[in-house]
Amino acid sequence: MHGRLKFAAWLAALYCAALGLIAATLVMVEVGMPAQDQAVVSRMFEERAPLLAFVGGLLLLACGGFVAWLFKRYVTAPRALAEQTRVVLANPGYRVEAAAAPELSALAAEINRLAGAYHGVQRDMEAKIAESGSRLEEERNRLAALMSDLSQGVLLCNAEGRILLYNEQARTLFSSAAAPIGLGRSVFGLLDREEIVHALDKLQYALDQGTEAPSTRFITALAARGLVRVQMAPFLAAGGRVGGFVLALEDVTRFVGQELQRRQLLQALSTGVRAPVANIRATVENMVSFPEMDPAQRQRFARIIAEESINLSKSIDQALSEYADAIKASMALEDMRAADLVTVAKRRIGALLRVDADDVDQNLWLRVDSFALVQSLGYLAWRLREEHAVDAVRLRARARETFAELDLVWSAAPLSSEVISLWESQPMQVAAEQTPLTLKDVLERHGGEMWYQRDEPSGASWFRFLLPLGEAAPQPSRRRLPAESRPEYYDFDLFQRAGTQREFDDQPLDELAYTVFDTETTGLEPSAGDEIISLGAVRIVNGRLLKHEVYEQLVNPQRPLNRESSRIHGIDARLLVSQPTLGAVLPEFHRFCEDTVLVAHNAAFDMRFLELKEAATGIRFEQPVLDTLLLSAVVHPSLQDHSLEAIAERLGVRVIGRHTALGDALLTGEILLKLFPLLAESGISTLKQAREASQRTYHARLRY
Amino acid sequence: MTKKILIADDEPNIVTALEFLLQRNGYEVHIARNGESALKLIEAHLPDLVLLDVMMPVKSGYEVCRRMRERADWRHIKIIMLTAKGRDVEMSKGLSIGADLYITKPFSTQELVAKINGLLGAGAA
Repeated sequence: MHGRLKFAAWLAALYCAALGLIAATLVMVEVGMPAQDQAVVSRMFEERAPLLAFVGGLLLLACGGFVAWLFKRYVTAPRALAEQTRVVLANPGYRVEAAAAPELSALAAEINRLAGAYHGVQRDMEAKIAESGSRLEEERNRLAALMSDLSQGVLLCNAEGRILLYNEQARTLFSSAAAPIGLGRSVFGLLDREEIVHALDKLQYALDQGTEAPSTRFITALAARGLVRVQMAPFLAAGGRVGGFVLALEDVTRFVGQELQRRQLLQALSTGVRAPVANIRATVENMVSFPEMDPAQRQRFARIIAEESINLSKSIDQALSEYADAIKASMALEDMRAADLVTVAKRRIGALLRVDADDVDQNLWLRVDSFALVQSLGYLAWRLREEHAVDAVRLRARARETFAELDLVWSAAPLSSEVISLWESQPMQVAAEQTPLTLKDVLERHGGEMWYQRDEPSGASWFRFLLPLGEAAPQPSRRRLPAESRPEYYDFDLFQRAGTQREFDDQPLDELAYTVFDTETTGLEPSAGDEIISLGAVRIVNGRLLKHEVYEQLVNPQRPLNRESSRIHGIDARLLVSQPTLGAVLPEFHRFCEDTVLVAHNAAFDMRFLELKEAATGIRFEQPVLDTLLLSAVVHPSLQDHSLEAIAERLGVRVIGRHTALGDALLTGEILLKLFPLLAESGISTLKQAREASQRTYHARLRY
Repeated sequence: MTKKILIADDEPNIVTALEFLLQRNGYEVHIARNGESALKLIEAHLPDLVLLDVMMPVKSGYEVCRRMRERADWRHIKIIMLTAKGRDVEMSKGLSIGADLYITKPFSTQELVAKINGLLGAGAA
């Protein structure tokens, strides 16, 4: 608009100047001329007026054309060149183009040369930054690795309860919580607010009292799955205030259950045993105290004793069988795969003599104190070598009823029972390494047994350990990720931010949390019944695209797909039939978007689909919305193509995985991040400014 | 005059043994098989002492004990609670609601007789 106005003004000025000049000439010629001459001149002009007007018009047209040509060549083109040059600032790989005038082409070439130099400098600088950043990154990765190797879940929160860091275990623990776990999200969505506030108060009090490293624990129920034990410790910000807190989380559902069982077992045993013993004792004492009682009475008492003895055995059996698990379970024992135990044992025994393992049940789990058990196996192997010159042993393990058999097998060298009982009761020793524990202690701790067995025909001897079976540990989804794609489970920069709850509008763009999303649909007309078939979203927190905090869901549109759209998104209609409907998906997606600004490319289109469902689902997306298409137009008003691909190419974003909702959402997110500095150059740095500029551009684009 | 003791317990074997024991020690013994009939027999015979099992059908020993202590005319009756539940909390509950003694099973018969004699003012036999 601006350009056209300027052009019109130029032209008008030119015309006015030309006409004014001619008029002035005429006036000057006529002034001082005799009257008859004036009449002659007037006549001459009057007679030739059409011709003069024609030539004059032609002249003006030519002038206009020339001005237009000049304008295009030397005004519009330089402007486009300037915009392109600004792109170079954002993406040094970009090169400008100016076809119009040779002078401008030369300028463009110079700009490109400068751009090349700038690119080089930029690359050098980036390399240097990357180098110094890599050490920090390495440390962070080491921390992340450490966190992911902990068996406990860890959450690190700032004083407001926003999550700065979490590990995979915490994520698993909260996998069925009402709110999803995520950086910058509130911990109160996961754990009871009152409980945490209370714990924080206690910690603050302890700090005020001058306690050095206070921590507090509590056990709290998770909505969906049992009990979790939380250990909470503060860390201090400047001024001794609590700057945030660390939560170490442990799923204690099983332990608490076992503890309860053990208590019940003791209860059942003592109560069940007392009554029959009382009866027997009273009866026997009667018989002893009154030896003169008549035979019938005596007989009657004897029968009571027999009866009560049976009751006694029964109640013991019953208690033990009812609470068998409680007896087996011990906090000190861990569930371990037999194959893993054998591997560790092999390493230990291998230092003494030849050892191999065959016949190990791969699905067998033991409940063991692995250290003590491996020590025991090593001890036996050592004594076999020292005292019986055994030079090779074999390990095997398999299930037997409700126990596991672990055998240490060797050939020849039968053992006497004296030797075995000696080995069992002496403190275990391997070379100079001695422990106060005996084999008996270890067996007792496991509630297990061990004996010596020999197969005469084959000459094989073995020690057989009978050990409690363990439970297969749930396989955590712990795919080892290569370092560069390690999950972005931490964000310490969130520390720097106070008052995240502030009104969105006044916040700097690069500090806001965003949910960038995209939809795939059955067609382009939501009001004509087209439906969403796929939703994909990714979060941006503190200027980082969190590629591991994504949302991806196919949706059953409950209507057939047309072939054309199928070709774009490549989703098979048959796949969608088994998916949830949008009504079921939206509440979940709404929770994912909580507390963030929504972003989409051509957001109006996607928002329309969501808004049409408001009445049916009652789910309203009330947060502010940004549109990367409009933001791109704000930054580059003279460029025409604002498609996702064109912007990506301009800003140097690599395009992969297009036409899946998540793929496009990721691309849109990267573009948004690249747009921030460009917006800042145009003086747009807060959400409010971005929204207002978008609105102006939107109206402007509508007019064309 | 022979003192009267009511044994309230649903287990016949302990009842048999205690009945024999107490008769040999010179007491008049009555037997109740549950809490309800214990209360009826107390009404009928007005015993000097009640041996009360905690876990009885119909009415528990605790309940019988409480009912007894609500009646002023029964206040002089001694109550010994016998139970297979050995936790401290149960013992203090029994004593709090009015039992004179709380004895956990198993127990020594000699001690039981000594304690009964003590409560009833020396030997009756």
